[in-house]
Amino acid sequence: MKVPLSWLKDFVDIDVSLEDFVDRMTMSGSKVETVEQIGGEINNVVVGRIIERRKHPNADRLQVCQVDIGNSIVQIVTAADNIETGDYIPVALHGADLVGGIKIKRGKLRGEVSEGMMCSGKELGLTEEDYPGAETYGILILDKPYELGADIKKVLGLEETVVDFEITPNRPDCLSIMGIGREAAATFKKPFNALDPVVKEGSEMVETAASITVECPQLCPRYAARIITNVKIGPSPKWMRDRLKAAGIRPINNVVDITNYVMLECGQPMHAFDLNRLEQHKIVVRTAHDGELFETLDGVQRRLDSDMLVITDGMNPVAVAGVMGGANSEISDDTCTVLLESANFNKVSVRNTSRKLGLRTEASSRFEKGLDPELVMLALNRAAELFNMLEAGTPMQGVIDVYSVKPEQRVIQTDAASINALLGTAIAADEMKAMLIPLGFEVGCNDSRMSVKVPSFRQDVVEMADLAEEVARFYGYDRIKPTLMKSGISVGRRNVKQQLMEYIKDVLTACGLYEVNTYSFTGYRQLKQAGIKMDESFKPVTIKNALGEDQSLMRPTLIPSMLEVLVRNINRGVDSFGVFETAPVFLANELPLITLPQQPMRLAIGLYGNTDFFTLKGIIETILEALAIKGIYFSPVQCDGFHPGRTAEVGFGTAVAGVMGEVHPDVLDNFDVEKRIYIAELDLDTLLDNGTLDRTYVALPKFPAVQRDIAITVPKHALARDIENVIKKSGGKLIEDVKLFDVYEGSQIPEGYKSVAYSIIYRASDRTLTDQEVDKLQERIIKALGEQIGAQLRG
Amino acid sequence: MLRDELDELKRKFINELKQISDSEALEALRIKYMGKKGLVTLLLKGMGDLPPEERPAAGQAVNGLKEELAALLDNEERRIKAAERQRRLEAETIDVTMPGKRPVIGKRHPLSIVRRQIEDIFIGMGFEIADGPEVEYDYYNFEALNIPKDHPSRDLQDTFYITDNIVLRTQTSPVQIRVMESHKPPIRIIAPGRVYRSDEVDATHSPIFHQMEGLVVDHGITMGDLKGVLDVFAKALYGEDTRTKFRPHYFPFTEPSAEVDVTCAWCHGQGCRICGYSGWIEVLGAGMVHPNVLRTVGINPDEYSGFAFGLGLDRLTMLKYGIDDMRLLFENDYRFLKQF
Repeated sequence: MKVPLSWLKDFVDIDVSLEDFVDRMTMSGSKVETVEQIGGEINNVVVGRIIERRKHPNADRLQVCQVDIGNSIVQIVTAADNIETGDYIPVALHGADLVGGIKIKRGKLRGEVSEGMMCSGKELGLTEEDYPGAETYGILILDKPYELGADIKKVLGLEETVVDFEITPNRPDCLSIMGIGREAAATFKKPFNALDPVVKEGSEMVETAASITVECPQLCPRYAARIITNVKIGPSPKWMRDRLKAAGIRPINNVVDITNYVMLECGQPMHAFDLNRLEQHKIVVRTAHDGELFETLDGVQRRLDSDMLVITDGMNPVAVAGVMGGANSEISDDTCTVLLESANFNKVSVRNTSRKLGLRTEASSRFEKGLDPELVMLALNRAAELFNMLEAGTPMQGVIDVYSVKPEQRVIQTDAASINALLGTAIAADEMKAMLIPLGFEVGCNDSRMSVKVPSFRQDVVEMADLAEEVARFYGYDRIKPTLMKSGISVGRRNVKQQLMEYIKDVLTACGLYEVNTYSFTGYRQLKQAGIKMDESFKPVTIKNALGEDQSLMRPTLIPSMLEVLVRNINRGVDSFGVFETAPVFLANELPLITLPQQPMRLAIGLYGNTDFFTLKGIIETILEALAIKGIYFSPVQCDGFHPGRTAEVGFGTAVAGVMGEVHPDVLDNFDVEKRIYIAELDLDTLLDNGTLDRTYVALPKFPAVQRDIAITVPKHALARDIENVIKKSGGKLIEDVKLFDVYEGSQIPEGYKSVAYSIIYRASDRTLTDQEVDKLQERIIKALGEQIGAQLRG
Repeated sequence: MLRDELDELKRKFINELKQISDSEALEALRIKYMGKKGLVTLLLKGMGDLPPEERPAAGQAVNGLKEELAALLDNEERRIKAAERQRRLEAETIDVTMPGKRPVIGKRHPLSIVRRQIEDIFIGMGFEIADGPEVEYDYYNFEALNIPKDHPSRDLQDTFYITDNIVLRTQTSPVQIRVMESHKPPIRIIAPGRVYRSDEVDATHSPIFHQMEGLVVDHGITMGDLKGVLDVFAKALYGEDTRTKFRPHYFPFTEPSAEVDVTCAWCHGQGCRICGYSGWIEVLGAGMVHPNVLRTVGINPDEYSGFAFGLGLDRLTMLKYGIDDMRLLFENDYRFLKQF
């Protein structure tokens, strides 16, 4: 809400500095967004009077003038020919700034010194309507003998300070100069000068000229009108146009300007109809017919429906109620009788209509927040008063007022103690009363009991907490003492899952991985690019009003985002990189969605560069070990988007934890990258549910271990996991550890075979093992490997 | 005479000892004189040839020589070892200005670092951490928070819709409702998480961003408590000289409501580019839980009161590190991530 300060001063006397004004208004709840100085670009231009004028000795078309600027006389050379000795004119002195960033400097013109320049209207930003003569060629001749040397901005009213307030949706009353004025009066403890319009009416009765019928009073609790006769359309005066422009509204003509002026001043949107263009000289407020067509003022054909409220002339719509008027009843240059509407419309109805039509106006944005029906008459009378003042027309006698639904008078019963208990303050009831009264509340105090009558324009104030806010605002939020909760100690901590989550992230960063943060959106293109097949079982969670095709789905997997991050870094020249992300994925239970989709947490890991499958596998083993999860397995698996021979399902016990592997070369082609990429996506909830931070100490061994290495040839496709299992099973519980340390294929090894070498560590907890014992176990292991794997001991 | 013989042997030994400069030669010398077949050993062995009455004196003399030579050898050995160690140290001198070999470690995302810091501050004040779904019912995101379907403040939050009743949460506030539905007061939680609003991407806007909600409900909770808790928070995050400023504001789910500014951590309130030369930075919204919200979850507002606050994690993170473009938080460029 842009508030020109000169206008605000009609309502309250402001005698503090601008800085103080801004600060204190903000601290009492009217937040200042910006302050704009209009006319600020004009500088050092003063009133002067031409006391002598002669021809330039060296130039036919120039004149040399002596100009009195009050404290001195300066010589100005000009090419203008509309000036006479004795004229009062604006003089831009040395160093002056004019509109459009023009700077004026002292200089010589054909040998004659010129101390500055006389200004045209245009150079001061004036139009013909602002100041008669402004657009005439030449110098702006001032209409009166103003004080010589006076600042031209003050003389011409070019100076205005406009304060833009952020008005929250609960305060439609503050979408007006008057409302801000009331807040300012309460803030600075000054009297509030309420509007009290006096209307000079004609003799004819308004009822003779028009009638009003409201068919749906719930949607239109009040509809009032005045009729203005003998209307003379023309521009409104400069002061009004200046105020409108400063507040951000374009002046049009005196009638439209009056309606806009009243809307800004009182917060009540108004509309002016050309009475003679209303077919039956009447107003009927009804809902529209489905499919009814109507051309609004902006020249757009609108298709209406039966939920929308329209103003009609008994036949056809002439306005969409509270939103916009129609082209068919618009004020024109030959309008001579005006029907002025001041009405109250249901906020939900206006909001829905405005949204459906995609048409937001100054009027609709006020109505949809809920306006005070009591405001209707004040605004109507103020408008009539302005018609008198501007001599723009004559109000007929009386008002037509259909006031069907009056708001109930709200009274809040409370006490100072409750308010103080909520705020943590000790403010006396009398003090509260003194804060509430300037805001329009009527307060009855009985000891500490308070009975508070809420003014009709404060529909947002319903109960004690609302009054507490009013009190707090004017007591000062900054005066409320900071305290800490008096209630007992509570235990703040992360729960086990949250601790495990933090631990996993710490372990992953210790593994050299960077945590990333990607969008939850994806699209069919990205899923396809990642090699994910979308068959009938694919149930996407789709955003109805997505920002674009590529951001239209809530991701069902983290893999496409992970690929995007890795590819972006590859393309930016990062040689080797490893990242992880923890985030939910979104899986619909049914389509269309009735219940919330499942939103399980996933952990994705991605690597490229100086790395391979087994690096990724090692990282996963490290995480599972950190979570103390036992019985981990990795088995070959086929998975969309992964290399068919380099992908494993990860699990433990009977639980499947996810998938890991090398990205399919087709997918890499889709991204146009050559580096191999390794990705895992694990179900974080499964990991967290099965993980623990509990540990039990195991005594350090007292007896030495024995290490034996064996090298065997086995069929090429024998799995390391199977070999290890055979070793462990046949070797029994004296085996402490089995480590694969070499795999070899090539010469010396028969076709279809490979050589593998293991270190086997034996240890007994109660004695030193003898060579004979270990030899026996080794023999048993080699025999079992031969029988079960087809292994042969290498010589 | 034995004595002369011993003197001669000693003189020869000392001469030879003088020639020696490394431990190998020293060892050879030790063996030559003191070894099993060494010159001194032979002398001792030759004792048997002497008449018995001369043996004690001769034995004493030879043993004396042996000890003397042994002492000289030990002494020389220490000297040579020291010299050799010195040579090695000199030979091993490295250029300590050459680059270090760094272990590969990863880093947490800056958002994650700041989130954890803030969580720890509130944990220190007795808060627990709660969470809720990102795809959320309209009821939790709006209606239960005193924002009915036709409420104008819905316009302020451009909502992504999945269905008419299911939205991408626009705030972490729905977690308040879920917590109050499932827990009786006293309640003291924070809820960090992702939120969504239909904003086009630019340096300060993103359709996806992060908030942290806070909620306290108990007997006798006051607005003073809200100020106290947020004051502690701001000081813990930005330093002891940080001040907070509470300005009246409007949120449908709190009454009274406030916007909270903190003194700019970069200029300490002096005014700089980061704070737009105001010295203050708006970091969160807060207020006393609206009685309607309490009623909705079956908590009697005459018996209990509470406060709630919501802060923007992305903004706090950007302020903390001086990051000037929000897009960097989602780009995951290695050169960006490695800085934290």
